[in-house]
Amino acid sequence: MALLQISEPGQSTAPHEHRLAVGIDLGTTNSLVAAVRSGVADTLPDEQGRHLLPSVVHYRHGADPEVGEVALEAAADDPLNTIASVKRLMGRGIEDVKRLGNLLPYEFSPGASAMPRIQTAAGERSPVEVSADILRNLKRRAEATLAGELSGAVITVPAYFDDAQRQATKDAARLAGLDVLRLLNEPTAAAVAYGLDQNAEGVFAIYDLGGGTFDISILRLNRGVFEVLATAGDSALGGDDMDHAIADWMWREAGLSEHADHKLQRRLLRDARAAKQALTNAPTVPVQVLRPDGTAWQGELTRATLVQLVDPLIERTLAPTRRALKDAGLKPQDIQEVVMVGGSTRMPRVREKVQVFFAREPLTRIDPDKVVAIGAAIQADILAGNKPDSDMLLLDVIPLSLGLEVMGGMVEKIIPRNSTIPTVRAQEFTTFKDGQTALLIHVLQGERDLVSDCRSLARFELRGIPPMVAGAARIRVTFQVDADGLLGVAAREQGTGVEATISVKPSYGLTDAEIERMLRDSIAYAGEDNAARNLREQQVDADRVLEAVQAALRADGEKYLDRDERAAIDATMEALQHARAGTDTTAIKQAITALDSATQAFAARRMDASVRVALAGHRLDEFKI
Amino acid sequence: MRLRRELYRLTGQTFAGMQADLGKNYFELFGLPVAFDLDLADLAARYRDLQRRFHPDRFASASEPERRLSLQLTAQINAAFQALKDPVARARYLLALLGVDTGEDTDTAMDTAFLMEQMELRESLDEARSAADRDVRLEVLHQRVDAEFEARSALLRSRFTENSETARRQARNLVREMQFLQKLAHEVTELE
Repeated sequence: MALLQISEPGQSTAPHEHRLAVGIDLGTTNSLVAAVRSGVADTLPDEQGRHLLPSVVHYRHGADPEVGEVALEAAADDPLNTIASVKRLMGRGIEDVKRLGNLLPYEFSPGASAMPRIQTAAGERSPVEVSADILRNLKRRAEATLAGELSGAVITVPAYFDDAQRQATKDAARLAGLDVLRLLNEPTAAAVAYGLDQNAEGVFAIYDLGGGTFDISILRLNRGVFEVLATAGDSALGGDDMDHAIADWMWREAGLSEHADHKLQRRLLRDARAAKQALTNAPTVPVQVLRPDGTAWQGELTRATLVQLVDPLIERTLAPTRRALKDAGLKPQDIQEVVMVGGSTRMPRVREKVQVFFAREPLTRIDPDKVVAIGAAIQADILAGNKPDSDMLLLDVIPLSLGLEVMGGMVEKIIPRNSTIPTVRAQEFTTFKDGQTALLIHVLQGERDLVSDCRSLARFELRGIPPMVAGAARIRVTFQVDADGLLGVAAREQGTGVEATISVKPSYGLTDAEIERMLRDSIAYAGEDNAARNLREQQVDADRVLEAVQAALRADGEKYLDRDERAAIDATMEALQHARAGTDTTAIKQAITALDSATQAFAARRMDASVRVALAGHRLDEFKI
Repeated sequence: MRLRRELYRLTGQTFAGMQADLGKNYFELFGLPVAFDLDLADLAARYRDLQRRFHPDRFASASEPERRLSLQLTAQINAAFQALKDPVARARYLLALLGVDTGEDTDTAMDTAFLMEQMELRESLDEARSAADRDVRLEVLHQRVDAEFEARSALLRSRFTENSETARRQARNLVREMQFLQKLAHEVTELE
């Protein structure tokens, strides 16, 4: 049961309100939600006591979609309407989907935009919407178990996810009505769970092999600061691929022809997975295939055969592992502990190969299925403000280099991979025609030199450049990657100081208009009262801002504000308090924006003073290492 | 709708919104004297302490302006740490502060002897790529490049103790040569 301490408006000391925040592991195969309760982080079960929620959604005509175990049961009988492993489609375009081929046996709609839409009995669904359905289920579970409304969630993503994949995850959370406190990299989340658990110091390697993605992260832990040194991976490699390898083997052994129907394919995959898991605890397992003509093939899958089938896949994980070590400037023997994350690391062969590579036994103590959600819950608890004295800090990195398209179809890197985030880089551009007022910048992610070998992120059109002679304009474009690993762009002509307006065309993402429409649709079908929900959210936001500003004024109002400035802030605060008490959602929103503007200078002065205090502390203190 | 948290979606922010202009150079940001010599362990400790105070995670419940400032400031801190951590980047930054441009984009003239040597090293690299004793060759090459780099490192340090235009010019040339060597070393590592 959560403890809610409600503060009275106008109280002199604001008692800290415990906020309900959760960690969510949105996995390819299974999803989980976890929270910190009475100081302990653990996953939350559903009504049947199950902690894992299969990331499967079954769409039906004229009824709500089913999510989880019940959807999984429908998979074999209704394969085209039962979407599994949707994570593999997040931030991907229709071309990628075509390349994934028969790994994802769904019907895709040819569309105008690059985002694939799956045809289901309930209509077209984009991967973002399918993920939102999974998140909504977890949100409901959390709110029921914790008996209250969530104030936010930390959602994990593979460290190797690119900008489009991350943005898609954030969009899905938004559709599900979740406030994302942070997008956290899965290996880092696991490191948090283990690191805090063991009070450890040193260099860790996190080997995370999930259903559809592989991540390897090298981290240094020092006095509560988790610093990612390097990360690498493969966002299209996981347990699913092992299932397919086994299913293909069964196919060949059973002598089936090229084209089998979807039902048979799904059943084979399901049986392949079951066999794979059974072999963790037994040396051999019987398998069978029911052919379309009614006859059955029966055989034995042995560990030896399994090893033959999966070894090439495990080998594929070692290349990024070597690369990450190299980027970190380390050798396998420099690693103190290796942590195994993800259901696929239960496989004895995987553990064996990792052990040989690092010449040490990997840590598997925390349930590899739950460890990521648990780490996320720990961070969520801190970000929600429940642990103001926490010393924990996560310094993560961008996994892929960011670059710009330049003449000749080449890519010029502006932010190298493994740069600690947040990070900022500026680049100057100029015009090549007289009177040119716009500039098009194409941003890509990847390590290669050619545009065709990198992943297109977005095209930014800068408009409003003052017309000048060709080559005279000095346009400074600033690229900023935030703590979620997402890119933001700003531009200014240095000579005139004119700021360019920037319109963004994401290569594989949803436009703002599309997301707004989906939000409207999803709220309508979820049966919630749109207006009431928006009002409630704005009121919660208003409370948060008022509390933050009041605390800041109490601490430093006298020091940094003269009477007029203070009066201005007080007036805008009063206006917000007044709006908050009413029912006009727009008015509250505007009042919040007004208060933010009014406190901008105040915030800057406080920050500057903080920096000076921090530096003064360093000059005197010689003993901090 | 939680639009307020969507600040960092792919939309343009105002330029002022990205400028953490505290009027401090990188050395000042870390509370260090503007000089070439510094203790790397001390720098790392200062970096971690600054991040502990200003990282966006510390401002998750703070007001919008504070969160924006925290983001800009930590981005600057990260950029500063990268620049100061590596001796060549540090030297280049120091020279820029002293008004000396290392001119990678504009000035392509370099010492002939040095260029010849670089060409020779590159040829060795190309040969090593397909050679039977590739690993040995790469190791030898790596050591050679490292040695060349270290020799210049010591020289560079001494150039910064002198306060003359000649010394600065020499430092500039050393920086340019060391950048070449760094790139080469990187390519060797990629192949190893």
